[in-house]
Amino acid sequence: MYRYDSFDQQLVDDRVAQFRGQTQRFLAGQLPEDEFRSLRLRNGLYIQRFAPMLRVSIPYGLISSKQMRMLGHIARKYDKNYGHFTTRQNIQYNWPKLEQVPDILADLASVQMHAIQTSGNCIRNITTDHLAGAAADELVDPRPYCEITRQWATFHPEFNWLPRKFKIAFCATETDRAATRLHDIGVFIVRNAQGELGYAIYAGGGLGRTPIVAPKIRDFLPELDLLSYLEAILRVYNRLGRRDNMYKARIKILVKETGPAKFTELVEAEWAKIRDGELKLTPADFDRIRQHFDEHPYAADAAADASFDAAVAADSAFAAFVKRNVKAHRVPGYKAVFVSLKAPGVAPGDITAEQMELVAQLADDYSFSEIRSTHDQNLVLAEVRQQDVYAVWKALKAHNLATPNIGLLTDLICCPGLDFCSLANAGSIGVSDEITDAFESMDDLYDIGEMKIKMSGCMNGCGHHTVGHIGILGVDKKGEEWYQVTLGGSAENDASLGDRTGPSFDRAHIVQAVERIIEVYLEQRSSEDETFLKTYRRIGMAPFKARLYADEAVAA
Amino acid sequence: MSLNLIRDRQLVAHDYPLLADDAALPASGKLTVTLARWRQDGEALRAPGLEVGVRIPNTVDVADIWAEISDRPMINLEFPGFADGRAYSQARVLRDRYGYRGEIRASGGAVVRDQLHGMARCGINAFELRPDQDPQVCLGAFEDFGLAYQPAADHVTPVLRLRGRR
Repeated sequence: MYRYDSFDQQLVDDRVAQFRGQTQRFLAGQLPEDEFRSLRLRNGLYIQRFAPMLRVSIPYGLISSKQMRMLGHIARKYDKNYGHFTTRQNIQYNWPKLEQVPDILADLASVQMHAIQTSGNCIRNITTDHLAGAAADELVDPRPYCEITRQWATFHPEFNWLPRKFKIAFCATETDRAATRLHDIGVFIVRNAQGELGYAIYAGGGLGRTPIVAPKIRDFLPELDLLSYLEAILRVYNRLGRRDNMYKARIKILVKETGPAKFTELVEAEWAKIRDGELKLTPADFDRIRQHFDEHPYAADAAADASFDAAVAADSAFAAFVKRNVKAHRVPGYKAVFVSLKAPGVAPGDITAEQMELVAQLADDYSFSEIRSTHDQNLVLAEVRQQDVYAVWKALKAHNLATPNIGLLTDLICCPGLDFCSLANAGSIGVSDEITDAFESMDDLYDIGEMKIKMSGCMNGCGHHTVGHIGILGVDKKGEEWYQVTLGGSAENDASLGDRTGPSFDRAHIVQAVERIIEVYLEQRSSEDETFLKTYRRIGMAPFKARLYADEAVAA
Repeated sequence: MSLNLIRDRQLVAHDYPLLADDAALPASGKLTVTLARWRQDGEALRAPGLEVGVRIPNTVDVADIWAEISDRPMINLEFPGFADGRAYSQARVLRDRYGYRGEIRASGGAVVRDQLHGMARCGINAFELRPDQDPQVCLGAFEDFGLAYQPAADHVTPVLRLRGRR
């Protein structure tokens, strides 16, 4: 866990005071509404369909148990007893009162948290692998790199008024678990042929209306040049990014319209002028940041435990949980345990105050007091001794947090949809409930295997529908909710964008459409080992299309 | 129109008024002209007795025009609205890359209390406040933060380096 020093605390406290002043001036009529809007967005505060919505930052998805308890406290005191984890690894509250937001921010600051730059056209939360530090396939722990980038991006005076929002992700593993190439900048931590640590840089990826997988703009950037190179990219974007049309304002459009080669030239030219300036990092800078992170005292004899395997053999429900929700840890005898926020009947990512407190207690008891949030809207206790997994499972199960569906069909990503969001065309939570219901039997799910359904209530794509194995996008047609379906998207190393099946489906037929897609897959797959994505890539769209549009009446 | 001007954190009398492109040149004094006028009448504008600042569009690359404006006592940058932050980068390029030591002045609809701190960090030292702004409230903006995470044109030592000194 990154621990603040007095500098970090001072900056966050100053920010709370600044926003309190802005809120007071707004409420006193001294600050125009549209200007206050820009300022509150940079403090995480949206005005949504029913009420303000506050998005709290969780840098690279890492939360302490103390912070989780505070999130529960805020849910009780200022909201309706729950919060909603987002695809940005952050948490949102849907019912805070505008005049109370400065108090909420002060409560957050008391546990080294904030809502800075969680919205607005500025550099947003830095994200990475939710198993960072625990992953077996990791080159180095990416979190110190994320933190050094977070600090550079926080209150960056030059890049607070960009053409559009800007998202940066880091990947240091063989398997990309952070959808890194779907970010404005994707940083892959790598070693070059000489064994030196550095980065491969991708720019111009993103979801939304024009989904693009980012092209590589630099094969290898030396480790100490990270911030100057990011600054060069941002400066080029701030100068040349389009401001005439918000739908063409993301850096992906600039990279596409300029051409990746020419864009790279512009960045390199800018970088050449600043690379040896004040942003040049030193090994000591990295050492100091690393010292803010705790070293966990792993037990040397953890792998000697035999109870874990015995429990898996003896208890089939536990075995099902382990198969789906428990992942390997780099330290022998330790496991990463996924807490599912996708129980049937619950909006994906939603968690009650009581559940937050339970997870905090489990983290204290079994996982070095740390919790991670994932961009799939689940939580992870990433540092659990294998001897303790059974007890963790029992406790999670008693609180409806142990649905063994990580990576499966019911583990779908979903935005808040029309139910909460003023941007949305269509309800997405109700549909996700129905899809979950339709496949309630866990046996069915195991037959289906790895499948990611991602759904968004509008073109803004908060639910990442374009990279779902099955993607569903809500659209409004003359006041009715319709759903476009895409197949074959992926946010992992083999990143790809889904293909449209054809005409969209109405509310009454969308769940049936998903069922038909699954049927075709189950009939066509070469073996149980062939995932949906592999099958789709092998057989293509035609068989799915034939089944989906067999009876004309369902779609339009 | 009387504009309130902050320069180097002091409220001062407004100077360098903007001369319309079609207005006749005065014989002497301080004034601001557009880049277009500067290009058109550069020779006349260099007459003794005139002190001329240049307002540059926020769409130009400073590198393309630096040679033309490098000897000016004042460069005026445009901040037309909250959403348009291009001139922040122009200010940093002027200060950091070219070492410009004259006045960099911000003008336009976004020159308000809540943008001044960021502008100052990017090297802007003079601010033509939007008429609805309370100058005393605006002067407080420079005190919003006592620390900075990143280096910028104001040469505040960033936190990363402060840590190294402890």
